[in-house]
Amino acid sequence: MTIQAWLPVEGEDAAGALRKFLAELLTSGYVDALLVPCRLAGDEAVMPALVESPEALEACEPLAPVMSHNMATMAGRLTVMDTGRRVGVWLRPCELRALIELTKLHQATLEHVRTIAVDCLGTYEVVDYAALVRAGKQPAELWRGAAQGEALPADGCALRSACRMCEYPTAANADIRIGLIGLDFPRQVLVESKEPLPVELPPADVPARRQEVLEQVRARRTAERDTAFAAWRTEVPDLRRLAERFATCIRCHNCMVACPICYCKECIFRTPTFDHEPEQYFRWAERRGVIRMPTDTLLFHITRLNHMATSCVGCGLCESACPNRLPVATLFRSVAQSVQALFNYEAGRSLEEELPLAAFREDELTDLGK
Amino acid sequence: MADFEPRIVAFLCNWCTYTAADLAGTSRLQYPPNVRVIRLMCTGALDPVYVSKALLEGADGVLIGGCHPGDCHYQSGNYKARRRIAILHTILAGLGFDPQRVWLRWISASEGQRFADTVTEMVEHLRRLGPNPMRELPMS
Repeated sequence: MTIQAWLPVEGEDAAGALRKFLAELLTSGYVDALLVPCRLAGDEAVMPALVESPEALEACEPLAPVMSHNMATMAGRLTVMDTGRRVGVWLRPCELRALIELTKLHQATLEHVRTIAVDCLGTYEVVDYAALVRAGKQPAELWRGAAQGEALPADGCALRSACRMCEYPTAANADIRIGLIGLDFPRQVLVESKEPLPVELPPADVPARRQEVLEQVRARRTAERDTAFAAWRTEVPDLRRLAERFATCIRCHNCMVACPICYCKECIFRTPTFDHEPEQYFRWAERRGVIRMPTDTLLFHITRLNHMATSCVGCGLCESACPNRLPVATLFRSVAQSVQALFNYEAGRSLEEELPLAAFREDELTDLGK
Repeated sequence: MADFEPRIVAFLCNWCTYTAADLAGTSRLQYPPNVRVIRLMCTGALDPVYVSKALLEGADGVLIGGCHPGDCHYQSGNYKARRRIAILHTILAGLGFDPQRVWLRWISASEGQRFADTVTEMVEHLRRLGPNPMRELPMS
């Protein structure tokens, strides 16, 4: 980052300072529009919103620890065809990584996008966040301990499971990065930028503590992740146990809809490919005595793994979307980790690294095909 | 176990391995009749969903046969298939399913003997592994 500066914060109103900063990005013409989290109807819901008017940024909630959608999906909708409009997109680290994957998958373009990535220590489920707001919690309040590298206060609600094992508290490759962790938050907010900003800000000398706290957070999350993966592998040692664990899957496809990487307009599971002739179901049932209906539940999950594991960023929205609380994020992330390791690939790490499924080397994997 | 006859679903590329299977037949080569062949234009056209479908429905093994590296009729389909099968192997292993039930083999159109040998070898391998455990599940 070429520029490191402090954002002037009045008292402890970090969110207010960020709103003002975003408004300046708009009024200065640095961007034509902003894709940011806003509360547009009541205070309980914070959702992605496309903002053109600086006044509308009053509703912006940059620090609300809630994730309803992956912002990358919304950024893709706005940029899959380049309109020439410059749009600033507010992203958590997992959302930025998803946007990088979507760009490589040709589902978004970054040419006119300015990515603004904010430090993240985790998010609540939409319902839990609404309950916290009803209980009188302010979004920025929920972040207070977090800036010192502590988990958010529970208050009867746990963070989303994907967040608890996320080892990316800060983003590596944004145009603008908003730093909160390891600083005197909410009195201090750090702005880092690759290119000159349209606002004058006092230069920052980033304290060494920031790096230390970030490392602590990464270490704690990595340990949580490894524990979760190990527990999962013990609990589900084979496909039979997976079938048992996923017995309550109703194949609603919510995980697929919520997934930022599952972009196919015509998913094979939404075509009649696996709608068999009635006679076929009777034959299967006759042969085995009993078959589960609908069929192909495990096939659906295993196929989704085959199609998206190389690009899974671990945002965990699949699990948030599951009506029966199945640990889909743990399943997908644990498998995605080994799949990405196979090609020394890390989803969202860089725009330059080619997608494993879109490339090959002549001299690789020679012990596989014989 | 002695009377266990493995069932293999084979996805064979039109230009190489399917032709090799044809050659094995016209040359009257003997090989076990445990294989059900599905002809594809290219191994690169095989979505892993069909391999998984066969396994989840109880096929004891899946054989994917294509042209030798460098010989693909469509230049690079077999290289792409190799990556997809490597990913499928990793996923199956991660889910506790023996990936060695899925074989990827390069067999050219002239290698009828190699096709017969491969099927023989795979049937023996699967006999040792025993039936696919998914056979006993109420199709999930």
